[in-house]
Amino acid sequence: MSALVEINDVNFSYDQRAILKGINMSFGKGKVIAVMGGSGCGKTTLLRLIGGALKPTRGAIKIDGQTIHELDDRGLYEMRRKMGVLFQFGALFTDMSVFDNVAFQMREHTNLPEDIIHDLVMLKLHAVGLRGTHDLMPAELSGGMARRVALARTVALDPMLILYDEPFAGLDPISLSVVGQLIRRLNDALGATSVVVTHDVQESLKIVDYVYFIADGVIVAEGTPDAIRASDKPFVHQFVHGEMDGPIPFHYPGTTSYAQDLKVSV
Amino acid sequence: MSDAYCQEFACSNLVVKELFASGVMSLIIIGVAGMFVGMVLGLQGFETLKRYGSESALGSLVALSLVRELGPVLAALLFASRAGSAMTAEIGLMKATEQIAAMEMMAVSPIARVVAPRFWAGVISMPLLAAIFSAMGVFGGYVVGVVLIGVDEGSFWSQMQATVDFQADIMNGVIKSFVFGFAVTVIALFEGFDAPPTAEGVSGATTRTVVQSSLAILMLDVILTAFMFRGA
Repeated sequence: MSALVEINDVNFSYDQRAILKGINMSFGKGKVIAVMGGSGCGKTTLLRLIGGALKPTRGAIKIDGQTIHELDDRGLYEMRRKMGVLFQFGALFTDMSVFDNVAFQMREHTNLPEDIIHDLVMLKLHAVGLRGTHDLMPAELSGGMARRVALARTVALDPMLILYDEPFAGLDPISLSVVGQLIRRLNDALGATSVVVTHDVQESLKIVDYVYFIADGVIVAEGTPDAIRASDKPFVHQFVHGEMDGPIPFHYPGTTSYAQDLKVSV
Repeated sequence: MSDAYCQEFACSNLVVKELFASGVMSLIIIGVAGMFVGMVLGLQGFETLKRYGSESALGSLVALSLVRELGPVLAALLFASRAGSAMTAEIGLMKATEQIAAMEMMAVSPIARVVAPRFWAGVISMPLLAAIFSAMGVFGGYVVGVVLIGVDEGSFWSQMQATVDFQADIMNGVIKSFVFGFAVTVIALFEGFDAPPTAEGVSGATTRTVVQSSLAILMLDVILTAFMFRGA
């Protein structure tokens, strides 16, 4: 199956600090891909590069054959109409009801009559199991419900590419499982491609087709969920099994030794 | 309906919504403050004018003070504190909770959707609020001067009518309040968008909006007054 997103030798730095170093990835159409790694490894930066919010310092990201950072503002907005992004905590518009949040893109980008928009919004909310919340305001929703409403908003215009930024962060086990299953089901129903940036290993491995591990700005491992589970690479093993020490050290490196800090002679 | 028509309609709806938030919601503070300022002007003005036997000029003093200076300046200071700080805090929080980023990723320009309606609402509502401030002030001066102290009602209004010039006084006051509205709104919107996405960042930006707007209003007032009323 052809790739919808191709990431070729992408480098990115904030000022002089290199975040991503020579990243190569390929996301096939219809697939759900997880990008994993510890906090601050550059996962969200990668998502922002794919969304065109940042420009790589070297390399290129192609979506549906178009190099995203070479597009002008108009082209970028056209491309973003075909994308959906689920932010870490939903990013629902707090001054709008659940219904208006989901209808937002339909009203902004289409000339659909209001009765059609009503039906479409109800369909999207039904898909995430929250049709009964359409009159509520975001402040009246639990964290898991807000994430599901945001998911309904993300797929409002049936995007071809859906980006998820830490969709499982801060959710209880039931909400976490529900959101995970919805990501898979919605991706399959829409025939879209989904990129899930997360550090929730167990939930992700249940729903994705392929996994990339990033550490220190480079891809340190990749493979199918089964291959990742069976991997004997120290980093993957530590990450998948949540071990305290390993290639990612427990102690943050300092300039003085423990004995020096405690002023004792060894 | 054409696309352009729909977008214009949606945009005007947003401006109306923001006019309500920044203009209508500021009405009470503007009206009450205007009345109190007018009452103080009535009291102080009467005491001063009495020394020269010119109590009948109280109406002129109250009205000229309000339409030329106090109306535009105090209304703008209150507007900066009430609506400007709210604009900054709202946009700063939208940024901190990724609502602005979400809008951009949904291919909707935050400049068109968030900034422009608030800008037009600020620029339109400021002169109207200043006019209401001055009107309430004149009423406050009337209550104190005529009703409570006993200045002749006829001379209060006729002196006011004779000395307040529509072009030189009222229109210059309107121009001032328009300029103040522009300055306050631009500062509030910039600070909101520039706020670091943290609790401290938003609170700092809100404070900066009030401080910078207040200083800008007073500085612009000096400049505008120098040009408008020199030798008047």
